[in-house]
Amino acid sequence: MNIAVRCENLIKTYDTGGQKVTALNSVNLEIRLAELIMLVGPSGCGKTTLISVIAGILDQDAGLCELFGENLLTMKSKDKLRFRASQIGFVFQAFNLLPSLNAAENVSVPLIINGEKRGVAQKKAIDVLERVGLGERWKSFPSQLSGGQQQRVAIARALIHSPRLIVCDEPTSALDHASGHNIMNLLKEVAVDENRALVIVTHDSRIFNFADRMAEMDDGHIVKISEPLRTA
Amino acid sequence: MLMGDKGKYIGIVMGLTFASLIMTQQPAIFMGLMSRSYSFITDVGLPDIWVMDEKVQFIDDIKSLQDTELYRVRGVSGVEWAMPMYKGMQKARMSDGTFQNCTVIGLDDTTLIGAPAVLIEGKLNDLRRSDSVIVDFDGANEKLAKPPLIEGGKKIPLKVGDTLELNDKRAFVVGIAKVTRTFQSQPTIYTTYSRAKIYAPRERKLLSFVLVKAKAGQNIQELTKRIHANTGLAAYTQQEFMDLTFNYFMKNTGIPINFGISITLGFIVGAAIAGQTFYNFTLENLRQFGVLKAMGTSNWTLLRMILLQAILVGSTGYGMGVGLTALFGYAMRNSILAFKFPWQLLIFSGLGVSFICMFAALISILKVIRLEPAIVFKS
Repeated sequence: MNIAVRCENLIKTYDTGGQKVTALNSVNLEIRLAELIMLVGPSGCGKTTLISVIAGILDQDAGLCELFGENLLTMKSKDKLRFRASQIGFVFQAFNLLPSLNAAENVSVPLIINGEKRGVAQKKAIDVLERVGLGERWKSFPSQLSGGQQQRVAIARALIHSPRLIVCDEPTSALDHASGHNIMNLLKEVAVDENRALVIVTHDSRIFNFADRMAEMDDGHIVKISEPLRTA
Repeated sequence: MLMGDKGKYIGIVMGLTFASLIMTQQPAIFMGLMSRSYSFITDVGLPDIWVMDEKVQFIDDIKSLQDTELYRVRGVSGVEWAMPMYKGMQKARMSDGTFQNCTVIGLDDTTLIGAPAVLIEGKLNDLRRSDSVIVDFDGANEKLAKPPLIEGGKKIPLKVGDTLELNDKRAFVVGIAKVTRTFQSQPTIYTTYSRAKIYAPRERKLLSFVLVKAKAGQNIQELTKRIHANTGLAAYTQQEFMDLTFNYFMKNTGIPINFGISITLGFIVGAAIAGQTFYNFTLENLRQFGVLKAMGTSNWTLLRMILLQAILVGSTGYGMGVGLTALFGYAMRNSILAFKFPWQLLIFSGLGVSFICMFAALISILKVIRLEPAIVFKS
């Protein structure tokens, strides 16, 4: 079985006004390729810290975190940036699209970061937008799109450079039930494949049944890993 | 990114336009004003050397010499010719009985050296006719102009054939000359040296300057030293006399300080508006910068993005400010306002605007470089 992410005894503490808060306390987790895993748990349990460490945008204090066999902690910052740019896609709760760029331009950003020419990147962006059902809205600016459509653009942006790990932070919490459901269906359909893993941090119990596995966190620990009950 | 936020973009551009306008327009007026301090010297272009009393500090600081000094200067070896010039302030009585202070210039009776180069009306030779004077164009149209025929109407410019009174003596206008406005902006009246002495109040000494032409091949600096050594008088090249006058106004008037304060205020206000708005823009878009960082954008790329935006708003604001200054100068070209816009001013204000942009960009860059990309996961 191919492992995308391996976390062993991860520890991360924050210093808040002279007081140390342990956000991750010996976290052990393996994320497999081709799976959609959800990190769930109450606010402040360490979910956001964990995905930040997994995505390589936050360094742990101790323990090991390997992505596709690479230890990001020991990587040079330049190599880490390059690795992140090519191997990881992001979907955020608030979409975080650049308001001055149209949908296609937003989607093409990861390709441009990876050195692709603007024209080629734009063309590929329109293709990916078609895959998420927004082919005809590629010229629209974020302010001209609904919340669901903006999240579709964000998903297209996370997919365009064919990353091997996609990290989603509350992708449905800003959407109504139907839109959230559609977004999850879309993620399942276009984002999960045998060479890629999907990590979703969520509070939204309505989408739990889309997960292959769920890791429940509390107080900096993973307290339970389970498979959700699926309704027929 | 900045272009997408029209309000902030316009705010920054306006701030920089204002700074650029103040940093270009105010120095242009200052330069214009200061160049007027020595404009009379540049207008009298022919002589190589100006000879005067040693205590003279600038062009309008007349300490008269005895006429015999002219012959002493003529006797210095290397002098091709030396001509007298009278320069003094006198009250002209106009036809309606009002008085106006004027600068009276007395030129050598024979050669008329020092006469204005451009005559709009009349002929220079007419200055040899009895009681004749030539009046400068701006003086004839403004301060020496006759009152309007109907109340509220336009003043009637002084023209050839009109008369004035200088020290109770008749002065008959035979020409209108185009000369550069002087610092004091008083009308200038040209006449012959001998007639100027008649117009002037009785004094033992009336010779203001001796205008000297060096012989061909004569080193002018050496000649000034020789004139000084032989006569005890101060002798300056045209450039030296201009510098003497310019420096006097710089050191002894509040003009440089007043304009300096205006320019500094323009710079500070421009920097404050542009810097604050640019920084606010960065703060408001911190999450977007965080997203780009998380997606693998390097600090170097973000730095270039910020610099590019700073350069974009900087060049737009600078161009608009300089353009407005040029328009201002064009609109004021025929007015009394002093305005001189040399190319060096473009560099001066360009450097000022660049400094403001760099300052605005720098405070934003520091914020973005220190930004933790993990901010993107915070709601």
